[in-house]
Amino acid sequence: MTRQPRWLIGMVGMAALLVLPPFLRSYGLYLLSYWLVFVIATMGLNLTVGYAGQASLGHAAFLGIGAYSVAIVMKAGCSFWLGLPLSAVLCFVVGLGLGFPALRVQSIYLAFATLGFSVAALLVMRYEEWLTGGTSGINDVGRPSLFGLDLGGNLAYYYFVLAVAVVVAALLRGVLRSPWGKAFTALRDNPIRAESLGIDVRAYTLLSFAIGASCAGIAGALLASLVQFVDPTPFGLGVSFTMYLMVVVGGSGTFFGPALGAVVGVLLPEWLRFAQGWYLTAFGVAVIVLMLWLPGGLLSLPDRLKARAIAASRPRT
Amino acid sequence: MPTSGTDKSEPICIELDDVVAGYGELVILNHLSLQVSRGKVTLLIGPNGAGKSTALKTLFGMLPVRHGRIRLDGNDITGAAPRDLLTRHGVAFVPQGRNLFGRLSVYENLELGGITLGMKTTRERIPEVLERFPCVKNRLHSAAASLSGGEQKQLEVGRALLLRPKVLLIDEPSVGLSPLVVQDVFLLLRALADAGTTVLIVEQNVRSALKLADEAIALASGRHVLHRRADELLSDPDLDRLFLGGTRAAGPIP
Ligand SMILES: Nc1ncnc2c1ncn2[C@@H]1O[C@H](COP(=O)(O)OP(=O)(O)OP(=O)(O)O)[C@@H](O)[C@H]1O
Ligand SMILES: [Mg+2]
Repeated sequence: MTRQPRWLIGMVGMAALLVLPPFLRSYGLYLLSYWLVFVIATMGLNLTVGYAGQASLGHAAFLGIGAYSVAIVMKAGCSFWLGLPLSAVLCFVVGLGLGFPALRVQSIYLAFATLGFSVAALLVMRYEEWLTGGTSGINDVGRPSLFGLDLGGNLAYYYFVLAVAVVVAALLRGVLRSPWGKAFTALRDNPIRAESLGIDVRAYTLLSFAIGASCAGIAGALLASLVQFVDPTPFGLGVSFTMYLMVVVGGSGTFFGPALGAVVGVLLPEWLRFAQGWYLTAFGVAVIVLMLWLPGGLLSLPDRLKARAIAASRPRT
Repeated sequence: MPTSGTDKSEPICIELDDVVAGYGELVILNHLSLQVSRGKVTLLIGPNGAGKSTALKTLFGMLPVRHGRIRLDGNDITGAAPRDLLTRHGVAFVPQGRNLFGRLSVYENLELGGITLGMKTTRERIPEVLERFPCVKNRLHSAAASLSGGEQKQLEVGRALLLRPKVLLIDEPSVGLSPLVVQDVFLLLRALADAGTTVLIVEQNVRSALKLADEAIALASGRHVLHRRADELLSDPDLDRLFLGGTRAAGPIP
């Protein structure tokens, strides 16, 4: 029965996201938008890792592909509205490709294969200057306007990112609640059982990568316009690890997990800045403690507390 | 040498012809040939590790066939994927052990069982399947893991029946079930065969299974060693010595 409170918290959170931002300063808005971008990307990774059970350490590469697509398209004089779907489609296709190693290897081996992909993507970003501008990146990525509404302002852009996050979340929820979505979970729990029901294990494995990647592509597109500048730094290997961490810390395979995970992965480091030189250490320690205490992720906390309450109310034997 | 006590005029449903299969380099089915009659319950027996489960998995396209052919109603199905067998050839498989998705609800498990049918058909058929399994019916929205072992097995069989299979492959359905539930499952299989389904069952519970079966096939070390009528085999005084390895594990109800 933790469902109702969980939804209630979700609604309250949503209301806060709608009402509070006008009172924030631009750095706060920027941070919140940044968080939402990572929520979108992590929701995708949650499908790949949390629901379908495929270890992927290549997610930052898709974020990068999405960001560079938009930047390059806009540099060429085309609209953001061309770049956004292009990012999603491109990442879908590349994600499908990255799924192929998963048909042969699993777990840590798959993680390394996807890590290799991440490295390759990073090399392209860094050294293919004709395309990506190399280490100096691409400047002056614009922000779009929608039906004459200018999304150039920080607040307007924030609401736009929020709207996209809600749409992506709704689409993912639709997929995950359908029997086809349950097939991803079936795949994770036991591929052999899934196969014996006629679930096409190959197709679902590939799809879990492709859908996850296209979420990251969308997030990357939004990121490029948010920062208005693209260079390889935000798509390094560390970011792939951080996103994986966000999935696990939030509660992998849970719907709201990514939102919480991204709080830990994006906002917590900001809050820990007071610790200055020590903030990475503090972050690391916080994550270790959290994982030891709540291996099921933050979203398992209510169940955990409930189990404890039940245990406490039971007479000792 | 395979001895055959079967009426040769019996129409053949499944035929394994000189099949070699296994796991990676490891060969388990070693030039296995056998035939399963249509609309009958055929019992596959043999000692642990004989390759019974491997035979079913190979038949269901879950392991590659390295040599030989598999035919179904005369059609070559060698190398067909499980999905094709389910959708095009009407073959369903209930593997050994637990096969439900524990964290999903009973209803969701049934929906997944019908994933190859399309959801409309599946949802139409779920109620009729539930009629056969009242114990499951009242627990539709509980997690499948919360059902007892027997209830789970019934749900697994129910889930396979959603597909209205022409051929049902079922591996050791009685494991972990109480004798009464085993009888229920066996009666159900019998009824299915009487209604025209071809049932191929692997069972360690040889004596009770022989009572339900029409024919029996024995394997040893991945080869076919015997094919006889079940009632003949049951009354054979050498049964224990031949197939039960001298153990008394096969008594129907202790
Ligand atoms: N996934 C696997 N990988 C490698 N070898 C396997 C695998 N599954 C089974 N085997 C081997 O194949 C042989 C036959 O196994 P199989 O499961 O077909 O036997 P079985 O006749 O069903 O036995 P049981 O009565 O114990 O279920 C065994 O020696 C086993 O070790
Ligand atoms: Mg077996």
